[in-house]
Amino acid sequence: MKALARREFLEKSLKTGGAFGIATSGFTGQRSEAGEAVMPATDGASEVAVTLRINGKDHQLRLDPRTTLLDCIRETVALTGTRKGCDHGQCGACTVHVNGRRVLSCLNLALMHDGNEITTIEGLGTPEALHPMQAAFFACDAYQCGYCTSGQIMSAVALMKEPCGPDDAAVKELMSGNICRCGAYANIVAAIQQVRQRA
Amino acid sequence: MHNFEFIRPPDLATTITAAAQSKTAQQGADVRFMAGGTTLIDLMKLNVETPARVIDINRLPLDKIEATSDGGLKIGATVRNSDLAHHPTVRRDYSALSQAILDGASAQIRNMATIAGNLLQRTRCVYFRDTAMPCNKREPGTGCPAITGSNRTLAILGTSEHCIATNPSDMCVAMAALEATIHVQGPKSSRAVPFGEFHLLPGNTPQRETVLEPGDLVMHVTLPPPVAGSRQVYLKLRDRASYEFALASAAVVITVSGGKVTRARVALGGVGTKPWRSPEAEAVLTGRPANDANFRKAAEAALRDAKPQSENGFKIELAKRCLTHALRTALTS
Repeated sequence: MKALARREFLEKSLKTGGAFGIATSGFTGQRSEAGEAVMPATDGASEVAVTLRINGKDHQLRLDPRTTLLDCIRETVALTGTRKGCDHGQCGACTVHVNGRRVLSCLNLALMHDGNEITTIEGLGTPEALHPMQAAFFACDAYQCGYCTSGQIMSAVALMKEPCGPDDAAVKELMSGNICRCGAYANIVAAIQQVRQRA
Repeated sequence: MHNFEFIRPPDLATTITAAAQSKTAQQGADVRFMAGGTTLIDLMKLNVETPARVIDINRLPLDKIEATSDGGLKIGATVRNSDLAHHPTVRRDYSALSQAILDGASAQIRNMATIAGNLLQRTRCVYFRDTAMPCNKREPGTGCPAITGSNRTLAILGTSEHCIATNPSDMCVAMAALEATIHVQGPKSSRAVPFGEFHLLPGNTPQRETVLEPGDLVMHVTLPPPVAGSRQVYLKLRDRASYEFALASAAVVITVSGGKVTRARVALGGVGTKPWRSPEAEAVLTGRPANDANFRKAAEAALRDAKPQSENGFKIELAKRCLTHALRTALTS
């Protein structure tokens, strides 16, 4: 029997509502101090209907108003490429694009984004056809554990359209909102510079 | 996070009426406007802010940057920090403001955070952010553990025995030196608040940080016309090179003619309980030769009333050198 990859297991669990008992209709619970999901305390009466457009696809959802864009993307829509690091806007792991600009999905409510075009790492490229930035991260070995990588790549792709000087220092400054605990910074800067030089 | 009702009124009038039902517009408000969310959602996750109702103002027509008839600039409340910093007029005529914004937060947060939100940015004092600790700003009367505790990053100017929390904004420091005006629409009338009168000293009511009352909505900020021949600098000193709050910062706008300073506007960040304009430094500078000795005298004047805490005495000399260097840089830029 083919072993399930961790990502496949998580996606199946989320889509079937299994494994962790999280309903697919929207996460309505709170988070404990340690950050794990706890079961909903509400009866769903306060849920709000919203349509979110993510990676070109409309999702009609009912959400507890407290649901951050990050939790909605990961737990309701089951796109697990966007990472939760600090959940307080300090690490950048949750970076996604809203209307083409990079933002932190942990510091936004999902309800704020009806009508907006949201792009996550899943909307950037495919394993068969990587986005040039994904390919450069691969070529330059711009990661170690990989946890921050989707946020780094989303940030780097958005950086390409922002005012940024040509040197490494300018790239470092504009990438300072993405923390890498492994310390792959030198290769991350190299990957970004490789894409910029080819653009 | 406590539960709340999320509403998005269709227009300004309904927005203001809804907010006017709040008991306060200050710490602990039961109705909160939400724009970028970068401060408020963070504090709601920590249960430092627990509004029963959140009003989304992102779709209101408050997102324009426009020239004013007198040659100044009008900046809408929900203009994003990055859009203001990169605006060609701001880069050319208000470079200290552009630099201050770009020295703050990260690229992602600058894309989200709004101008009004930055005006209302809350302190990073660790005791304020931790509901397990006493804090006079969060829970009046419970005490200030920062005074005997961890206070390395906290304020040395404008403190009281009840609160020593630093105002963390960079943008506000530049706006103080540029003499911005904040335009507020309330339930009954509108008013224009000079920048220096918008933020309040903690005194014995540290929970009150601004002059805003329930239903007051910051509509826009105006900047006066740029002063011909003036030179501007924003200099920020911090523990790491990027994505860190200031230990000390200085915004200077000076005009020099015939080797003498003819006009000076000076504000400090990272050291005050509010964005710290220094009329004392301005008075020392004005009419005197623009040289290092007078810059240092101005810095001495700006920090004359500084009160160090157990861990932040270093900020006095740091702020003096920061201001002196900012003035020197402005002169030679």
